[in-house]
Amino acid sequence: MKQSSQSHSLLIRNGHLIDPVARVDALMDILLRDGQVSEIAPPNKIRSGADEKFDAKGLIVAPGFIDLHVHLREPGQNYKETIASGTAAAAAGGFTSVCCMPNTMPVLDSPEWVTWVRQPQRGAVVNVFPVGSATQASKGAVLTDFRALQRAGAVAVTDDGKPILNETTMRDALRSSAEINFPIVQHAEDTRLTQNCSMHEGPTSLRLGLRGMTDAAEAAIVDRDVQLAQQFSGARLHVAHLSTAEALTAVRRGKRNRARVTCEVTPHHFALTDSDVRDYDTNFKMNPPLRSASDREALLAALGDGTVDAIATDHAPHAPHEKVVEFERAAFGVTGLETALGLAITVLHGRQKMPLARIVELLTAGPARVVDLRGRGTLLRGSHADVTIFDPKKRWTFDAAKSRSKSHNTPFDGWQMTGKVVATIVAGRIVYRSS
Amino acid sequence: MSTTVRQRTTGQQPVTRSAIRGSVLGIEGMPMHEIDRLLQLARKMNPLKARPLLRGKRVLLLFYEPSTRTRASFEIAAKSLGAMTTLILSSGSSIEKGESLLDTAYTLRAVGADVIVVRHPNAGAPHLMARHLDIPVINAGDGMHEHPTQALLDAYTILRHKKKLNGLQVAIVGDLYHSRVARSAIHLFSKVGARITLCGPPELLPEISATLAPGLRISRSCEEAVRGADVVMVLRVQRERLAGLKLSLPDYISRYQITMTRLRLAKNDALLMHPGPIIRGLEITWDVADCPQSVIVEEVKNGVPLRMAVLARALGKA
Ligand SMILES: [Zn+2]
Repeated sequence: MKQSSQSHSLLIRNGHLIDPVARVDALMDILLRDGQVSEIAPPNKIRSGADEKFDAKGLIVAPGFIDLHVHLREPGQNYKETIASGTAAAAAGGFTSVCCMPNTMPVLDSPEWVTWVRQPQRGAVVNVFPVGSATQASKGAVLTDFRALQRAGAVAVTDDGKPILNETTMRDALRSSAEINFPIVQHAEDTRLTQNCSMHEGPTSLRLGLRGMTDAAEAAIVDRDVQLAQQFSGARLHVAHLSTAEALTAVRRGKRNRARVTCEVTPHHFALTDSDVRDYDTNFKMNPPLRSASDREALLAALGDGTVDAIATDHAPHAPHEKVVEFERAAFGVTGLETALGLAITVLHGRQKMPLARIVELLTAGPARVVDLRGRGTLLRGSHADVTIFDPKKRWTFDAAKSRSKSHNTPFDGWQMTGKVVATIVAGRIVYRSS
Repeated sequence: MSTTVRQRTTGQQPVTRSAIRGSVLGIEGMPMHEIDRLLQLARKMNPLKARPLLRGKRVLLLFYEPSTRTRASFEIAAKSLGAMTTLILSSGSSIEKGESLLDTAYTLRAVGADVIVVRHPNAGAPHLMARHLDIPVINAGDGMHEHPTQALLDAYTILRHKKKLNGLQVAIVGDLYHSRVARSAIHLFSKVGARITLCGPPELLPEISATLAPGLRISRSCEEAVRGADVVMVLRVQRERLAGLKLSLPDYISRYQITMTRLRLAKNDALLMHPGPIIRGLEITWDVADCPQSVIVEEVKNGVPLRMAVLARALGKA
């Protein structure tokens, strides 16, 4: 994602800047020059000229959003998504950086494939930070070469889609994590307890005659991992798409004990519950599944109180032949890049009264810290010129058919939301502008 | 043919719609007046006096699971009304070669099916078909979800012996968790205002089963559940299901098997029902299955007029 190295400047005027790292929540003008934040000042105080101007009156100007968990499906599954189409959807959703999961074909278990994903030929329109696989072919047996993956540009490792189940393997992974200061991202699911399950275990699964995944299947792994992480000082554990109250308890315990444990929550888990699974609509099938109302309440509280570090979409595009099938046979996963901000503002700000600054933090500084994206997640002077401009009051309706993603498997088709991305700026250039 | 088959366009989700009128997907979503209507209609159906109501109609029986009584019953019901029937089994058809459920459904529609009766191991399979087809779909059992025509024929059977369903005391005993028959029966009995007691071990009847429908009671004592009942419905226990559970077969038998002694706790004129197939000596003793109160054989018989009613209604002929 390298634009031409020609000098270029962009002045964003009259916007309301929210930058939790810089502790700014006020009207500010921002000058971006040559891919960096060059100047920040109260309105009309910036004297230098600019090649391009953007009037952000009435809009929020925030550091570019960072999504820790997306599936871009390349290499190997470009019928679902490509790096180009997935990052176009990211841009439309205000994300200037995405961390892509390694469960591609082949799996991103070598420096070569990590490099391949980052090559300009892939046509990414936002920054792509690959997450390498934690074990070879993500088979859970032999650890990959973390250091080599790190050098090639991977920002973390995971076997996402499946958990690292074996305790010894996980212990070894966390030991290496501590040695080279590299996060291990865990998809926490004890798959021995979730065989043939297609949704959350509860009254709805019973009524629909579907086998259910228990809260314990997630919490048991988080609990174990948090304990393991505490054994190695400096080990970094990140819990992906955390979905249960029980797992939050384990994360809180880890954080209290000063373990380097972080976690993310998806918009679908804070917006929906298992009772929304209706008529066997596979657009409500994902893993982890939509949980109970009390789990959702716990997530909402944890997003507010700082237990949760990031909102991540787990954007998981699938083709119709994988989704328009029997519920139990359908692929797990939903798209999410273009609906994340709307859902966050509608649900977290509108209904839960969460301050916009906290939402911005969960989409920027929070995720940047989880994977150490230096100079991102903030607009401090000298930072990367990645900016998201949004209208927090704009009401709009999401139309899945108009999604920039190659796939349309979303539970939010036709949803009315408040809060819409107006422009997305990567390295000082506008890569998305709402029509 | 007046209607064309819905085609899928590449790269897009297929067009979806709500199920065609006359589809029977489950009791849960079925309005009470429709249940009444079908039960009344079934009384007028006599398989021995053929009425060619459905002459020229094609009834496709699509069975992804083995079945004896349901399949035979639908087939005889269809033929008694003058319809043509074609049976498609998952083995020996394109399904074996990996054809998707929807493609199979589109194919059957294209060859001229007027209604599809489907049994499938996955919950919700009939709902998926109904969303994409412009002909009615009848659920003949979907996974652990529902078996609506079984519940209807059971209600029909009860009404041959009792004046009304409202207020009846019904005990449902056995493996409810894995049973689609149980789910349909529970919805039906709840809708008609029966007083329902569910009985079984926690492994086969989790506590949350009480949330399935309004007005359910759970009992872990077979004696308590059966005492004073107007109807005792016994559900099959599948030996293979017990494999992973803590529950042992002898335990189950000693605590939950319906014996003559336990059945005597019910009202004198209580009906003993079992949707079959029965396993004598497991959920039920040999003598109970054949006792005077048993309507097990009658249930099978009543399946035909009830399914005649369902098919006639599905095709707009009643
Ligand atoms: Zn995952």
